[in-house]
Amino acid sequence: MLSNETIRQRLEAQFGDQVCDFSEPYGMLTFETPAANNLKVLTFLKDNPELQFDFLNDLTVVHYPDLSGRELAVVYMLQNIRHGVRLRFKVFVPVAQPDVFTATSLFSTANWLEREAYDFFGVNFKGHPNLTRIMNVPEMDYFPLRKEYPVEDQTRIDKDDDMFGR
Amino acid sequence: MRPVTHNTKVKMVEAPQGFSGEGFFTMKLSEAVGLARSNSIWPLPFATSCCGIEFMATAAAHYDLARFGAERMAFTPRQCDLIMVMGTIAKKMAPVLRQVYLQMAEPRWVLAVGACASSGGIFDSYSVLQGIDQVIPVDVYVPGCPPRPEAILDGFMRIQDLVKSEDLRRRHSDEYKHLLNDYGIQ
Repeated sequence: MLSNETIRQRLEAQFGDQVCDFSEPYGMLTFETPAANNLKVLTFLKDNPELQFDFLNDLTVVHYPDLSGRELAVVYMLQNIRHGVRLRFKVFVPVAQPDVFTATSLFSTANWLEREAYDFFGVNFKGHPNLTRIMNVPEMDYFPLRKEYPVEDQTRIDKDDDMFGR
Repeated sequence: MRPVTHNTKVKMVEAPQGFSGEGFFTMKLSEAVGLARSNSIWPLPFATSCCGIEFMATAAAHYDLARFGAERMAFTPRQCDLIMVMGTIAKKMAPVLRQVYLQMAEPRWVLAVGACASSGGIFDSYSVLQGIDQVIPVDVYVPGCPPRPEAILDGFMRIQDLVKSEDLRRRHSDEYKHLLNDYGIQ
């Protein structure tokens, strides 16, 4: 059985201080790595015969407007299907230049997941074969899930205020 | 007595006003056409969410939309008279709805069922169309979230009133063309 402690030791033996900030919220191993390192970590976790994290469960983004210089956290969730173990790691990028290497060469499922992350948060996945919007209308010119907009946006013109008396 | 007693409570549609004499009856053509049209509306159910479930109840035996001559649901816009838009229309869905509307032949009517189709409803959001009247002209709005089948029937009967009293030349009028031009149609 693969324990979180083992995974952590293997990662630290391979990457040293390039992996940091380990924690285990609700028992799920979580750590951080620099954005330039994301493919190395993914490849290691996938190809290491002991770890075998060969399934990309989910790829998502969190926007932290207060962390200047590292506003967008790209979160990878991996699963080792053989042992039923999951882990999560994050890379942080500045919102001004959100460049992350694409994981499509390792996991085909990353194709749509990264398109979704681009669609809602504007993360620029370098090397992605088709980085276009997937959920929203193609002509949308902003990234709706960034925390840049007031909850009630007064500049909207598509809501008919005559009828709704706001 | 017959073994089967027939339903004696059948209500007939009242004949429009006209002039009757021995063996003939005259009336306005538009009223005869309106009478025929309003009692044989072919609805196109454009159901996208929970209002669509209410519509299923409306069309089923208990509420029985067929009583109003609308038993012929069709999913082909070219043959339908009335598009019933029931549910949230996302902005990505809007061009589809508009395309379906454009494929319908005149005369055509639009019923917006429920808060979402009428105004976007609770989805005051970047992804949801704030009322289908932003892309197509709407004849009757049915309020409710979702409206009960009775409300949908009431909306349908108001459509029937419109159909019954519509002038045959309305669709050629400048006002109507202007309305469609507002929506960028034609």
